[in-house]
Amino acid sequence: MARTVIVGASVGGVRTAQALRAEGYRGEIVLVGEEEVAPYDKPPLSKALLAGTATAKSIGMLPERAAIDAGIRCQRGRAATAVSLRERRVQLADGTAIEFDDLVVATGARARTSPWGNPPGVHVLRTLADAEELGAALRQGGPLVVIGAGFIGAEVASTAVGLGVREVTMVDPVEVPLSRVLSPGVASQVAALHERHGVTTRFGVGVTDVVPRSGGLEVRLADGSTLQAATVVVGIGAVPNDDWLDGSGITTDDGVVCDQFSRSVDDPHVWAVGDVARWWHVRQQRSVRVEHWTNAVQQAECVAHNIVHPADLRSHAPVEYVWSDQYDWKLHVVGCTDGDQQHVLVGGGAPERSFAVLYAAADGSFTGAVIVNWPKALVTCRRSLALGRVPLAQVRADVEALQPKSHGVRGAAR
Amino acid sequence: MAVVKADLGACQGYANCIMGADDVFDIDDDGVVVVLRTEVEESERARVEAAARSCPVSALAVEDR
Repeated sequence: MARTVIVGASVGGVRTAQALRAEGYRGEIVLVGEEEVAPYDKPPLSKALLAGTATAKSIGMLPERAAIDAGIRCQRGRAATAVSLRERRVQLADGTAIEFDDLVVATGARARTSPWGNPPGVHVLRTLADAEELGAALRQGGPLVVIGAGFIGAEVASTAVGLGVREVTMVDPVEVPLSRVLSPGVASQVAALHERHGVTTRFGVGVTDVVPRSGGLEVRLADGSTLQAATVVVGIGAVPNDDWLDGSGITTDDGVVCDQFSRSVDDPHVWAVGDVARWWHVRQQRSVRVEHWTNAVQQAECVAHNIVHPADLRSHAPVEYVWSDQYDWKLHVVGCTDGDQQHVLVGGGAPERSFAVLYAAADGSFTGAVIVNWPKALVTCRRSLALGRVPLAQVRADVEALQPKSHGVRGAAR
Repeated sequence: MAVVKADLGACQGYANCIMGADDVFDIDDDGVVVVLRTEVEESERARVEAAARSCPVSALAVEDR
């Protein structure tokens, strides 16, 4: 019987296994995961799980019963250490090996570690264990210093405020938060959101050191100032877990290098999914690696289809989509929204907390949007991006038409 | 025939389901999923199940009737 081995049991690996069955795959499916715990979903780690409103069980993605019913053999607590393409097998840390017909690399990414050392009280947030440790630390109170104002950092700051932590400070060498996806104007509104909730922001200044001091930590900044902290969270990005493939003959370059079908450029039966995949995006005409949840799920569907239907390969060419929950804001980012593209603001029912910023390329075609607390506008924007090359003016008219008639923009603005 | 089930309380308005199957799912003004039809043919089941799997809060399911 054919066998697909999936290495990595986070959302990309789990969804690949489930989608294989949905596509009618009849062979064996083995899902190998490094962690002892059952597969769980990661977006809640910086939000509901950290806040204590979700549990390890409630964020579980593949309960044992569901795995058995789907014929998915889960191998927990087993890290993969190497691949032999010639022998068609994956080597595991416990000395055993598993043979495969198809191999799916879904090993994700790990948190970039603190370049300032790791004295007690310094945390990263990537795994369930990380979230449980950080949650326990935050329940001891503050002060908290969050280094890095990307998604993880901003969500941790927001959750900490919700937990009642006093003295939360966010530091980033960039002038605004979420600078990789937001244009400066929108990013400064997010900065203002944090400040309204009592978070001190220290943007535009780097961290030079984190040192233990009188029972706590001292974060030293490039301008000579210092911040005292009981807890420090380092949220400065992630690194793909591809080094275990060194020497395997599977090319990596900040991720497993794949063609447009998410298939390794070295072997037509080796695939990559999620944060660890670097694939050729046909619409963007460049190689990309994306760390967002929805991308992992869509890529998993695509790879499962391609394994089952080798004569009908599908390209993975998604429209980027990422969300973030911060305080009472649901922030959605679709398509391309960074840099200095032209953009327009459309206010929703309560324009100070519900709006859409629409971006366009030089030729006037709609490229992406940042949407706050306005799900209907999100749908309109995602549909337009899926169509491709829709004029900004058209999308703007469509989004404006969504404004609730009973609470017009002027009325709600007070 | 299969039946589409939605947990309206869990839905957070991410709209992934709509992108996967806009003939089955939509969203209301409050950002809560609207199931346009609860019954799907076996021939479209794989596609609708994929849309359900794309829900970040697992609010959707496709079940045997």
